[in-house]
Amino acid sequence: MAKKIEVILREEKFQDVKDALRKIGIVGMNVTEVRGHGRQGGITLEGRAGTYQIDMLPRLQLNIILSDHNVERTIETICDAAQTGHPGDGIIFVFPVDDVIRIRTRERGARALQYKGDIDDMREHAGANGNGHGHGSAGQGV
Amino acid sequence: MENLNTGDIAWMLTATALVLVMTPALAFFYGGMVRKKNVISTLNLSIIVMCLLSVQWLLFGFTLAFGSDGNSFIGGLMYLGLDGVGAAPNAEYAATIPFLLFAAYQMMFAIITPALITGSFVERVRFGAFLIFALLWATFVYDPVAHWVWAVGGFLRNMGALDFAGGAVVHITAGFSALAFALVIRARRGFGKAPMEPHNIPYTILGAGLLWMGWFGFNAGSALGANAIAVNALVTTNTAAAACGLVWMFLSWRDGKPSVLGIVTGAVVGLVAITPAAGYVTPLAAIFIGALAAPISYYAIRFRQQRKLDESLDVWACHGMGGLWGAIATGLFATTAVNSAGANGLFYGNPQQLLIQAFAAGLTIAFAFSVTYLLAKGLQATMGLRVSQNAEEVGLDLSEHGERAYS
Repeated sequence: MAKKIEVILREEKFQDVKDALRKIGIVGMNVTEVRGHGRQGGITLEGRAGTYQIDMLPRLQLNIILSDHNVERTIETICDAAQTGHPGDGIIFVFPVDDVIRIRTRERGARALQYKGDIDDMREHAGANGNGHGHGSAGQGV
Repeated sequence: MENLNTGDIAWMLTATALVLVMTPALAFFYGGMVRKKNVISTLNLSIIVMCLLSVQWLLFGFTLAFGSDGNSFIGGLMYLGLDGVGAAPNAEYAATIPFLLFAAYQMMFAIITPALITGSFVERVRFGAFLIFALLWATFVYDPVAHWVWAVGGFLRNMGALDFAGGAVVHITAGFSALAFALVIRARRGFGKAPMEPHNIPYTILGAGLLWMGWFGFNAGSALGANAIAVNALVTTNTAAAACGLVWMFLSWRDGKPSVLGIVTGAVVGLVAITPAAGYVTPLAAIFIGALAAPISYYAIRFRQQRKLDESLDVWACHGMGGLWGAIATGLFATTAVNSAGANGLFYGNPQQLLIQAFAAGLTIAFAFSVTYLLAKGLQATMGLRVSQNAEEVGLDLSEHGERAYS
């Protein structure tokens, strides 16, 4: 099966996260601008005279669909890149995905998730050099 | 006609255009500070006043303010429809430009003053009620006060009150009328609970910049000629805006970070404060007038916030209190060394002038506040001042105008 991971992250960390994901071979994603807050509540802004509070803060939401066996490594990569240690760093949700259909080719499931140079492709090449982890099929195991 | 001076005419035509642009500049100054669902409505409250008051002023506003067949409280009707106001100068006001140019220049002041008040009731006012209010307010507040202070025979002018470019006539009337209106219409839905964030601070900064430039027409133009008084007024105007913006920056910095919305607000407050004084004080005095205006308006905003009063864009704190300080400061810093047609203030050995300034300001405050309060109450009882709850929640752009700013 595949998983969808939904990542809420700081706008200013997006480039770091994207670069880190690209480095491990996560090539497909989409992003939406969202507003909200977690437990930290809100922040203070400067007004004309004095300050005021806002509680709906701008964040980016990253949506990525992955094969199950790639989820943990991806989560680790995102956390490393997105963390500042201050409240407001964001959150990751993981959901099951029933199916995936690539519209151009109508490929479904594992095949629809494959790209040249993706995380499994990279692992397979690494495996050919003797460093494989045993997930070495070209499919992503949906 | 041989007295007409082309230099004076050219400058006053330019100054008239500069003052006109202040109204759309004000529209953007205010428009940036409201939520995005109300920006068109807020811009329009200023823009429509250009249309409405241009006609009112031509038909009967000018004669109520400057008609010389009236009494010391209101002008007569001799200039109804600008009858007899033409190419010939009127030496009692401006001996070297056509009287029609004087009337056109004054028209721009009559336009911007009701527009200033709109900051007090944005995001909830019923547009139809506002149109009636603007017309009545111009007729029953602005025109009489302009007559008292500026018209030959006006009783505050006879008393010796100094108001170079409208500290009392424009800013005190607008500021204290804004306060009265806010008390009647009450707060926006959700005020104090939901954050009401300025939706486009760049608009506000742009508006403030254009206001600063337009104010050269407002103050230096009030010399009514291309002369040394105009030059002095331009320099004092620029100086006060700069000094007030700087001090406001430090006040804001001390309370957190130096807010840019605060800096431009300070610049506008400095412009307000120097308005009555611009042609009577030295550039050095303008630094003090501008610098001291900042804490007065800054803490007036804080006071208004603590009282949980939704005078939404602080017209009272900025224009009312800034204008009051300017009127008083004129009584402190005025000197006949700058303008022989003026008077000396307290610091030049004439404490009497301070009392005259305080009296004129106090009377203007009481008159503008009470007439506006009654007008607002009357409109509230007859046609209603506010849009419906649903219309307010949807936003006035859609509910009042059927338009949206950002598609």
